[in-house]
Amino acid sequence: MPLFRHPEKSPLWRDEFSIHAADERYVTRRQFAKFLTLASLGMFAGNLWILLRAWFYKKPVYPTTHVASLGEIPVGDVKLFHYPTAQEQCILIRLSVDAYVAYSQKCTHLSCAVYYAPEHQRLECPCHEGYFSVRDGSVLQGPPPRPLPRVVLEKLRNDLFATGIEIQSSG
Amino acid sequence: MKVPEPPERWRGLTAIDGALALIAVLLIVQLWLLSATLESFLAGHRETALPAAFASGVMLFACFGLYLFVEKVDREARKR
Repeated sequence: MPLFRHPEKSPLWRDEFSIHAADERYVTRRQFAKFLTLASLGMFAGNLWILLRAWFYKKPVYPTTHVASLGEIPVGDVKLFHYPTAQEQCILIRLSVDAYVAYSQKCTHLSCAVYYAPEHQRLECPCHEGYFSVRDGSVLQGPPPRPLPRVVLEKLRNDLFATGIEIQSSG
Repeated sequence: MKVPEPPERWRGLTAIDGALALIAVLLIVQLWLLSATLESFLAGHRETALPAAFASGVMLFACFGLYLFVEKVDREARKR
């Protein structure tokens, strides 16, 4: 190496480290094929995980929880409650004098809270304008992939009780 | 003057590119399959998990086979 360097020449560290960043980032076809195969392995692992979850699936046991008294809310009105845990918010809607429905309030798209729009008879998600039918929770419009989980209600004397959650499929 | 590469090397490169394209297609199908299976599982259809895992496994083997093919062709092309 020369004792004196010309100031316009490349910096000294270039001589010491003769590795170029572009060469470092260069990916050969063989490496790329390896990455893709590893990604394929990851996809398979994901499918395997779903399979294991399906095999070892245990049907959840839901508690019976008091939701409201009959006539507590007027026709067309709603009541929010938590079921089956304190973290799961649900919405009870009185459709007519005798008809009550209840759904999980979490949108099946990105878990925003849905609210009841009585003028359109639907549940609306304000985040991405996903609409659900108030009759059965099915998707009417928007990005939600599945209907809203339905809370099973039972009438006992003058009270409404939640007894379970029905996961509905879109098919 | 630049020496032209032998035609065998070009053929090898074409084969590798073809194999890479096939792996990419398989990977996209696998990605779609995974999202569809997850969606189906979350909707309560647990019966789809087994055929989906099987299909994903077949695609993984195909990808692995193509990867071995890429390795082999690359090695042979480098020898020449």
